[in-house]
Amino acid sequence: MKLLYFAWIRVKMGVSGEHIDPPKNIKDIEGLIHWIKQRNPVSNEAFSDISNIRFAVNQEYVDIDHPVQAGDEIAFFPPVTGG
Amino acid sequence: MIRVQSADFDVGLELKKLTEGNHQIGAVATFVGLVRDIADKDTISAMVLEHYPGMTEKQLADIEHEANQRWDLNSSLIIHRYGRLEPGDNIVLVACASSHRESAFDACHFLIDWLKTKAPFWKLEETSEGGRWVEAKTKDDIATARWEK
Repeated sequence: MKLLYFAWIRVKMGVSGEHIDPPKNIKDIEGLIHWIKQRNPVSNEAFSDISNIRFAVNQEYVDIDHPVQAGDEIAFFPPVTGG
Repeated sequence: MIRVQSADFDVGLELKKLTEGNHQIGAVATFVGLVRDIADKDTISAMVLEHYPGMTEKQLADIEHEANQRWDLNSSLIIHRYGRLEPGDNIVLVACASSHRESAFDACHFLIDWLKTKAPFWKLEETSEGGRWVEAKTKDDIATARWEK
């Protein structure tokens, strides 16, 4: 599973992305976030306010209950400000 | 056509290419977004645009396709820049060409409203106090919502 971070989430995490192999019981974005947070204080802080984070799975916007699986590209970012 | 690039663009040249050889086109509506030197009363020395390579192109292509489904366009163009831009620099160009003005205006307006809330870009403003991330605005969500079918 490939994770990508953008904008202030990238800054807080200190990396633009990482490859992970979460436990098999991680089924959706929400579960994945809980797993990411419990790894270390930096991750816990970066994901402390989920209401300000948006998600994409394989480059499509999804909700927090969207399923995730091995091989997915999962991105975390603040609400977008294009244009 | 869509393009995501760090390089500047020449609006006149792009419009010429958009309409060249197609004499069915009677109207071209364009929107050009520029970097301002002030935001929330603070002076901005530069704006750094970050995006999600791959997803940006995919999302822009999808929305351009939708605009072409909803309006009778002869051609359309979205150019969105990324990287470090200074006040006065071009950020984005949306151009829609049609036989008549209504379709051109509406499609152009739809596309720029959509870009504000759905294109995966993030803006970091450089001020004298340091960098700060631009927050998404509720008014942009409202502007996009009016185009929902």
